[in-house]
Amino acid sequence: MDPSGNTLFGSGLKALSLASVLTLAAALALVFFYAPLDGDQGFIQKIFYVHVPMAIVALSGFVVAAVFAVAHLRTRLAKYDMLSYVTIHMSVIFGVGVLITGSIWAKGSWGKWWVWDEPTLVSFLIVFLLYATYYPLRYSIEDPERQARYSSVFAITAGAFVPVNFIVVRLSESLVHPRVLNTTAGNMPGEMRLTFLVALAGVALLYATLVKLELTAKHARMQLKTLRRMLEQDQPSGAVRPPLATVPAKPE
Amino acid sequence: MPALPLDEAGKYVAGAYAVFVTLILVYVAIMAAKLQRIERELQVLVTLAEKRRRERNR
Repeated sequence: MDPSGNTLFGSGLKALSLASVLTLAAALALVFFYAPLDGDQGFIQKIFYVHVPMAIVALSGFVVAAVFAVAHLRTRLAKYDMLSYVTIHMSVIFGVGVLITGSIWAKGSWGKWWVWDEPTLVSFLIVFLLYATYYPLRYSIEDPERQARYSSVFAITAGAFVPVNFIVVRLSESLVHPRVLNTTAGNMPGEMRLTFLVALAGVALLYATLVKLELTAKHARMQLKTLRRMLEQDQPSGAVRPPLATVPAKPE
Repeated sequence: MPALPLDEAGKYVAGAYAVFVTLILVYVAIMAAKLQRIERELQVLVTLAEKRRRERNR
């Protein structure tokens, strides 16, 4: 916190970044030098160590965003709305990564970029498209308080849908998409499980780092606006108030 | 479908990891551009605040 009591989102960012880099580097080393080749899929199974952690982190992020949205509706504090917004934003970006890496893996394993009769794939796409509507919804509302409130309601509703969707898909029959992480601890050998867990930790740390980075930038921007308003109001008495020059988006 | 040979599978694996890295790099580049803009705006405000201080001190 700064002396005025405002939250400083940037604190701890350096340590988190370092932890992310080290964990991801360890994960990469384990993927290519330690984890054995899969008996069925061979080398292409290595995509598992980036695709699945991103999917888990993205879906968890949607649920976390719902928790922040609940906190926002209860406390009306803007910081929770910002946390919810940024978490959803990052999860959508990770969702893009999941869909693309999944398609690459599908092409290599099944010979097709996408299959429409596989519940796991289609359900993730539905969740992704649902959250893609968050931004048009949010920015179609001009009033900032209403915008934050409606966005929180959306985040809670959609966040509740994610675990329900996940459970329903797990109960259904899978046609081609592998079910590696089932409730009986999976068929993964110890080396694969360790590699997967390190990769999951690395991707989760990366997610947290990028969320923190975006929060820091957004907070800095808000403080800049506040400072600009203060300078505009703080005029010597009797002075004409010229409008403050705005910084152009690109250097002239 | 039988497992692809290593040279073919390698391209898919490389492609997937390249997508992952590219996403991160693109995001970091966008954030860097935003932070540059914040820095420029801050510079304008600092200049203005200094100018006001000089005017008051006259």
